[in-house]
Amino acid sequence: MKITIKLFALLGKYLPEGAVKNQIDIEVSDGASVQDVIHSLSLPAEHCHLVLVDGVYVAPSERDNKTLSEGQALAIWPPVAGG
Amino acid sequence: MSWAKRILRVNLSEGSCTEEPLNMDWAEKYLGQRGLASKYLVEEVDPKVDPLSPDNKLIIATGPLTGTAASTGGRWSVITKGALTGAIACSNSGGFFGAELKFAGWDMIIFEGKAAKPVYLLIKDDAAELMDAADYWGRTVWETEKGLKAEHQDPQMRVASIGQSGENGVKFACVVNDLHRAAGRSGVGTVMGSKNLKAIAVRGTKGVKVQDPDAFLKATSDAKAVLAENAVTGEGLPAMGTQVLMNVINETGALPTRNHKDVQFEGASDISAEAMHEPRRSDGKPNLTRNGACFGCTIGCGRIATIDPNHYTVKNREQYQIASGGLEYEAAWALGAATGVNDLDALTFANFICNEQAFDPISFGATIGAAMELYEMGVITKDDTGGIELTWGNAEALTTLAELTGRGEGFGAEIGLGSKLLTEKYGHPDLSMSVKGQEFPAYDSRGIQGMGLTYATSNRGACHLRSYTVASEVLGIPEKTDPLSSDGKAGLVIAFQDATGAVDSAGLCVFTTFAWSMDNIAPQIDAACEGDWSVEKLLEVGERVWNLERKFNLDAGFTGKDDTLPKRLLKDAAKTGPAEGKVNELGKMLPEYYSLRGWTDDGVPTNETLDRLAL
Ligand code: SF4
Repeated sequence: MKITIKLFALLGKYLPEGAVKNQIDIEVSDGASVQDVIHSLSLPAEHCHLVLVDGVYVAPSERDNKTLSEGQALAIWPPVAGG
Repeated sequence: MSWAKRILRVNLSEGSCTEEPLNMDWAEKYLGQRGLASKYLVEEVDPKVDPLSPDNKLIIATGPLTGTAASTGGRWSVITKGALTGAIACSNSGGFFGAELKFAGWDMIIFEGKAAKPVYLLIKDDAAELMDAADYWGRTVWETEKGLKAEHQDPQMRVASIGQSGENGVKFACVVNDLHRAAGRSGVGTVMGSKNLKAIAVRGTKGVKVQDPDAFLKATSDAKAVLAENAVTGEGLPAMGTQVLMNVINETGALPTRNHKDVQFEGASDISAEAMHEPRRSDGKPNLTRNGACFGCTIGCGRIATIDPNHYTVKNREQYQIASGGLEYEAAWALGAATGVNDLDALTFANFICNEQAFDPISFGATIGAAMELYEMGVITKDDTGGIELTWGNAEALTTLAELTGRGEGFGAEIGLGSKLLTEKYGHPDLSMSVKGQEFPAYDSRGIQGMGLTYATSNRGACHLRSYTVASEVLGIPEKTDPLSSDGKAGLVIAFQDATGAVDSAGLCVFTTFAWSMDNIAPQIDAACEGDWSVEKLLEVGERVWNLERKFNLDAGFTGKDDTLPKRLLKDAAKTGPAEGKVNELGKMLPEYYSLRGWTDDGVPTNETLDRLAL
């Protein structure tokens, strides 16, 4: 199935080639979990601080069980803040 | 020690400058800067005063840690009754001016009265003198600062001044120091302009003494290590700046767009921190030139940016082909998402003008957003705007109006009224996205519930910096809470309000609190200052300051009814994103907030609360 991944701030360097504006559609296996995708992109776990699926926060403890569906957007940031 | 223990009182009507001792009994209860200056204001100014009358006072205040070796210890504030709001105002700035004032041996300057003709205040250590500002009136901040340094042959002089906007009564004029750091909100520059005070130029060589130098060195070194090791303050903020939030808040579905009609902006990524790093096609350079830091700051979140020299805004205008203060998140949001403009260079240019002419980009951008909505409705027409097409997303309209507002010309004079008066004038007051007359910053409270309560109860009108619950609700600092739930938010808002009140009274930057808890802050204050400064005492200072400000506003005529939000946020559900279908649940949070605060059902501090806080 196809999902959109969005990697921001200092995680931008892990985006697969062809990404535009920090996002790209990728193929993942049906039923892939958030953690599966993080693993497949070789993202360092300590930098995956803010993880959102369609804008909704996924806590670290939920990432193994949270499965993705076709067309969903997975957005990830390292620890960031502003104001 | 750490306070200079001296106040400079400047009577502009009489043209006098007199020294007086700092009231140390008050310093013990209000610490400094925001807290202590608010105490002076409350004691000396009738809350019902017209903000622009000579009877209002304008206080420039440092904190005890301003000018010390504490990281971010360069902060200073302007405290007055705000021109935009009619509420108590405290606008905080960084840069180098505050530390210089402290080096000259002053904790505060209290301006009273009104000068008969434009003046500026010149301070060289103990010597303070009012000077004729005829040569500077009618000039921009950038011209004034350059001119004063040249006139006094002192490139190390630090200057805080108003631009033409403050002279012309733009309601959201600010005071800008060091070219692009601003005491930005609530119209403090408007008050300064009403007093015919153009600038404060200061040179200090005396330094700051702390109570226990060894303990202070240890406490500040330990605290700096915490900032350096923290991923946000050590890495994220210096690299990306506050602008990193643009995509975060958009994904979260809480990016107010087109005057809060929408909660997500399709152009967000074009105006984000990531976009500021992208090399341009034209000259291969990115918008972001480098980061920058205020006095003593080891974070360095500031953005120094350069506009594409071929961009329409700066082509053949060399004075703007420079590296200067770039977009911070709040400014980028207001100039961009709130107006639907996604042209990064246009936003950067508008931001340059806000710095050059000293007006608040948040209130300016948000007011443009309100005006654009009225234009799209056909209420404002080209006849009103002088031919400007005020359609959503029109970058040229934005940049043209930035220049006109700065100079107080054409339709810019109407934008300078702020959104409350502008929408009232055109018969649609509901379209002002403001609280107590001050425009919202960059978080939609339908998607971040706690921010609705933050805005509604903020003593200076809508403001994110009074209790930045975004840290918890979105970013997980110090603990993650659910942004879509209003449960427990009353307590969260109060905790943030009180802690921020203490930080703002110390001379420190509130951004340190992404890494520091009060346990990191208290030892620094305790080592620097005489007296015992525990976490508990500091939080009590924060709570006392909050209640003091509240009392001023109640005496000024505000009531609990003013603790509200525009109908749009309470009645019109968010259309997209995680908050789709949601409104802000203020009605649920506010009674709990009042009760936890020790206030009556009408939002008035009870006698017990006032007694407990020795107010
Ligand atoms: S964190 Fe940013 S705003 Fe705060 S003092 Fe440092 S540079 Fe200035």
